[in-house]
Amino acid sequence: MKFGVIVFPGSNCDRDMLHALQDDLQQEVIMLWHKDSDLSMFTTDDCIILPGGFSYGDYLRCGALARFSPMMEQVIAFANRGGKVFGVCNGFQILCESGLLPGVLLQNDHQKFVCKNVYIKNEGGDNRIAQKIAQKTLKIPVAHGEGRYFADDATIASLEANHQVIFRYCDEQGNVTKESNPNGAINNIAGICNSTKNVFGMMPHPERACSDALHNIDGRAILQALSN
Amino acid sequence: MQATLDQAIKLGLREEEFEAIKKVLGRTPNFTETAMYSVMWSEHCSYKNSIKWLKTLPRDGERLLVKAGEENAGLVDIGDGMGCVFKIESHNHPSAIEPFQGAATGVGGIHRDIFTMGARPIASLNSLRFGKLENPKTKHLLKGVVKGIGHYGNCFGVPTVGGEIYFEDCYQTNPLVNAMSVGIVKAGDTVSATSYGEGNPVFIVGAATGKDGIGGASFASADISENSAEQLPSVQVGDPFEEKKLLEACLEAIQTRSIIGMQDMGAAGITCSTSEMSAKGEHGMIIHLDKVPTRQANMKAWEMLLSESQERMLVVIKKGEEQGIIDIFTKWDIHCVQIGEVTKEPILKFYMHDELVAEVPAESMVLGGGAPVYEREYTRPAYFDKIEAFDSASIPVPSDLLGVAKQLANLPSIASKRWVYEQYDSMVGIGTTNTNAPSDASVIRLHNTEKALAATTDCNSRYVFADPYKGGMIAVSEAARNLVCSGATPVAITNCLNFGNPYNPEVYYQFVYALKGMSDACLKHGTPVTGGNVSFYNQSEDGPVYPTPTIGMLGVLDSINDKMTLDFKTTDSLIYMLGTHKDDIHCSDYLHHICGVTHSPAPSIDLEEEFAVQQKVLSLIKNKLILSAHDVADGGLFITLLESAMPNGIGFAIQTSDAIRKDAYLFGEAQSRVVVSVAKEHQAAFEAHCAAIAFDLLGTTTASGAIEIDAASWGAVADWKNNYDSVIENQLAS
Repeated sequence: MKFGVIVFPGSNCDRDMLHALQDDLQQEVIMLWHKDSDLSMFTTDDCIILPGGFSYGDYLRCGALARFSPMMEQVIAFANRGGKVFGVCNGFQILCESGLLPGVLLQNDHQKFVCKNVYIKNEGGDNRIAQKIAQKTLKIPVAHGEGRYFADDATIASLEANHQVIFRYCDEQGNVTKESNPNGAINNIAGICNSTKNVFGMMPHPERACSDALHNIDGRAILQALSN
Repeated sequence: MQATLDQAIKLGLREEEFEAIKKVLGRTPNFTETAMYSVMWSEHCSYKNSIKWLKTLPRDGERLLVKAGEENAGLVDIGDGMGCVFKIESHNHPSAIEPFQGAATGVGGIHRDIFTMGARPIASLNSLRFGKLENPKTKHLLKGVVKGIGHYGNCFGVPTVGGEIYFEDCYQTNPLVNAMSVGIVKAGDTVSATSYGEGNPVFIVGAATGKDGIGGASFASADISENSAEQLPSVQVGDPFEEKKLLEACLEAIQTRSIIGMQDMGAAGITCSTSEMSAKGEHGMIIHLDKVPTRQANMKAWEMLLSESQERMLVVIKKGEEQGIIDIFTKWDIHCVQIGEVTKEPILKFYMHDELVAEVPAESMVLGGGAPVYEREYTRPAYFDKIEAFDSASIPVPSDLLGVAKQLANLPSIASKRWVYEQYDSMVGIGTTNTNAPSDASVIRLHNTEKALAATTDCNSRYVFADPYKGGMIAVSEAARNLVCSGATPVAITNCLNFGNPYNPEVYYQFVYALKGMSDACLKHGTPVTGGNVSFYNQSEDGPVYPTPTIGMLGVLDSINDKMTLDFKTTDSLIYMLGTHKDDIHCSDYLHHICGVTHSPAPSIDLEEEFAVQQKVLSLIKNKLILSAHDVADGGLFITLLESAMPNGIGFAIQTSDAIRKDAYLFGEAQSRVVVSVAKEHQAAFEAHCAAIAFDLLGTTTASGAIEIDAASWGAVADWKNNYDSVIENQLAS
C-alpha cells in the first residue's frame, strides 16, 4: 500500500503531508505533479492525497481551477474505480469543486482566516475512518479562510442519513456546540465522505498533529485509517 | 535631453548630489539617468545618512558566513552543514497609506531576500507599532496590516510564528510594519547577488513589470503626511501565488549549478539589481528594456527602470546553460526572458528599441561605491531635561494594587494578541513547536535533524526614547533573554532601525546612541549584526516616532529536547525569580499608561548581571532543574506570573517584600529578571546551582487556579485569562 500526494503549484502542505506519512507513519509516498497524468503505478488499495495550500492561487474560488488539471482528471477516474482519495483543507475544496464530494466550502462566517487547534469527533458509521477513530475526540489544527461547509437541505439530510459526516467540530469534552465551530459550517461539519465511502475530505489538518516534537499526535489515527 | 536641476530636486536629489552625478558622468545626465540616481542615492538604497554608524556595529563572529551588507541577508552557520539566512525589513510608509498591500508586500519582499540566496524560508515574524487602539484610524490600520500579512504569508506557505505589537500615540500617523524572515540552506547551495563573465546572459524571471511602486524607494525617504495618500502609485501590489511559484522555481534552478548570481527586485527594481550585481562582480551589462515582459503597453524606459513590481528576480546564467533554467521556469509557468548580457566594461547600458537611453558606471550608483556618505550632526535632545527631572517620589504607591493589575492586563500592548495571530497560519511547515508548548521565543524544529532554531523580535521603544543608549542595550538584551528562556543559545541579530528625520540633530542623537547601546549589548551576548534595514523619516506633523531599533535575534538549539517553555506545569511547585528586585518604576507600562507619566528614565539594566542571569538560565535548563522560564518584561512581575499561569490554568501565591515599593515590586520593569518554576524535590539542587547569582523564592503554584498576593485573593486564573484573551477583539468591536 502506498500514498500519492499531488503537488499543485500553490500547494503548501504537500511536504508536510510527506513528512507526516514518511517520518511519523513510515509509509511509502510518491509525489505527483499536477501537469502529469499517469496514475498507472497506483492500485485501488492505494490512497491519493490532495494536500492543503492555494492550488492555483485561489483568486477565483478555492479549488475551482485545480479540478481542470490533467492530474485531477486521473484522480476522478481513480476514485470512480474505487480508489481511496483524501483531501485536506484546499484538497477538500478541490474534491467538492470537482464533484467527488457534495457541497461547497464558503468563506468563514467571521470573514477572517483562522488558524488554531480545534476539537473534532467522529460519530461512528461504516467507513474506514469511523472504524479506526471509534468516536474519540481529537485535537487537530485548522488553517483556512474558506472552510464553512454548506449544502442544500436534501444533500445534508442524505449525508446525515448515510453516516457520511466523518467529523464534527466539538469542544474538548466532545460536545458539539456553536462556540466550538470555527467557521460556521452547517451542522458543525468538519469532514465528509462520498456515498461509496472511498473519497474523504476534511478542513482540519491531521498532518499537523502527527509528530511528538509538536506535542500532538492525534492526527496519526486519521492517516492510519487510510493506510489499510 | 539633459535633465534640469529642478527635475533632479523633484526626484528627491539634493543640488550637490546632482553636481556629483555630473562629475561622475563627465556630462549632464538625461532624465532617465537622473531618475535612476535619485532612487539609488535615496536613503532607502544608499544608507547615506546611516552607513558611517552602521559600520561601528559588531559584525564579526565565528558563525557568520557572510559579512553584514555583503549579500541580501545575513548567513550564519548552524552546524551539521546547514546555514540560516535571516533578515528584518520595514514597510512602514506603504502600510501607512494602504495597510493591506503595504504589509503584504513587506512580507513578500523579505521572503525574496531570503530565497534569492538559495534558502527556503521556514518562519516569519513581524514587529508592529500603531497609535492608540481606540482611534478609528488605528483600527483600520491594524485590520488592514494583519489581513495583509496573513494574505501573503498564508498563501506563500511560510508560518508566521511570532512578533510583537505596541500601541503608542507617537505612531498614530506613521505606524511601523517590520517583517522578518528566517530560512535554511544546505552548505554549498547558496547563491550570491553578483554578476561576471563577459557574454553571460542576463535574465528577468517572475512577474511582468508594471507601473506599480515607481519611486517607492524615494517615497520611503521622505516624511509622511496626510497628503501621502496622493502617492498611492508608490505602493506596490503583491501576488503571493506568483511568489510561491518563484520560490520553488528558483530553488530548483539553483540545483542546476548554472547560475552565476541572482538578486530579487525590491526597491528601485531593475536599476538596483543590475547595478548592485554588476558592482559586486566588477562587470557591466547591456540591457534591452524592450524585452522585459510588461503589464501595460508603452511603458517608458525610466518607468521600467524604476518599477517596483513585486515577485521578480534578475538572474545571470552561465552562457550555454540557459535552456535548463528556462525549462524549470516554464514548468512553473513563470516568465523567464533574456534581457541582456554581461560586459567586461563595468558600465550599465540600457537600450530601448536599440536606442541608448541610459549609460552609467555600475559602481557609481551603489552603497560602498559612488553613492554619497554623509556625516550628520547630533545634539542631546531637549526633552531629556524633562526625563531627568522625574522623581518617583512624586508618585504615591496606590492602595488598590489589584485595580492597577487589572488595568495593566487590559492594555492592548500587554493583553493577548490572539485576535491577530489566529489570522496567521502559524503551523504550516509542521515545524512550529510553540502551538502546544508556548515559550518566550518561537522555536522551530528542523526536519530530519535533532536541531531547532529560535527566533524573536524585540524593542521597547519607550525605553529607547527615554535613553537611547540604555534602550538599545535593553532591546538586544531582552531578545537574548527570550531566546535563552526558550533553551536556545543566541547566535546573531538582524535589525530594523526605525527613526525620524535624520536631518533633525535630536533624532540623529537617538540614532547614534541607540546604536552604541546595541553594540555594547551585542558584544556582551556574542550576537553580531548580520544586516537589516534603516528606515528614517518615520515622522509626521506630530513629530518623530519613538526611536525604534527592532531587534530580530536568532538562536540555535542543538537538541529540540533542550527547549524550555513558559507555562507553570504542576501545582505546588516553587516559584523563583532570578535577578534582583529593584525599587524602579521608571518607564514602566504602569507609570506610562496608568499614572500618565510620559517622561521618565529608562529602567535599570546592568549588562554583566544580565549576562550572568542568562547563562544561569541556560545551565538550569541543561541540568533539568526548572519546569518553566519566563522573562520579566512589559507590565512587570505580576504580568509575567499571570502569563505563566494562564496556559494550564495553574494559579500562584506569592509574598512581596517590604523593602521596596509594592508598585515597583509588582509592576516595575527593571531588567535582567526571569521567573522560573521548580519542582519541590529539586529545591536544594536548584538553590545550590544558583549560588553565584541573586535569586528570590516568591511563592508556590496553587492547586485551585487561585491567585494570591500577600495572602489576599486576586481572583481566579480562568477569569483573568478570559479577559486577557479578548481585550483586543472587544476594543475593535466597540
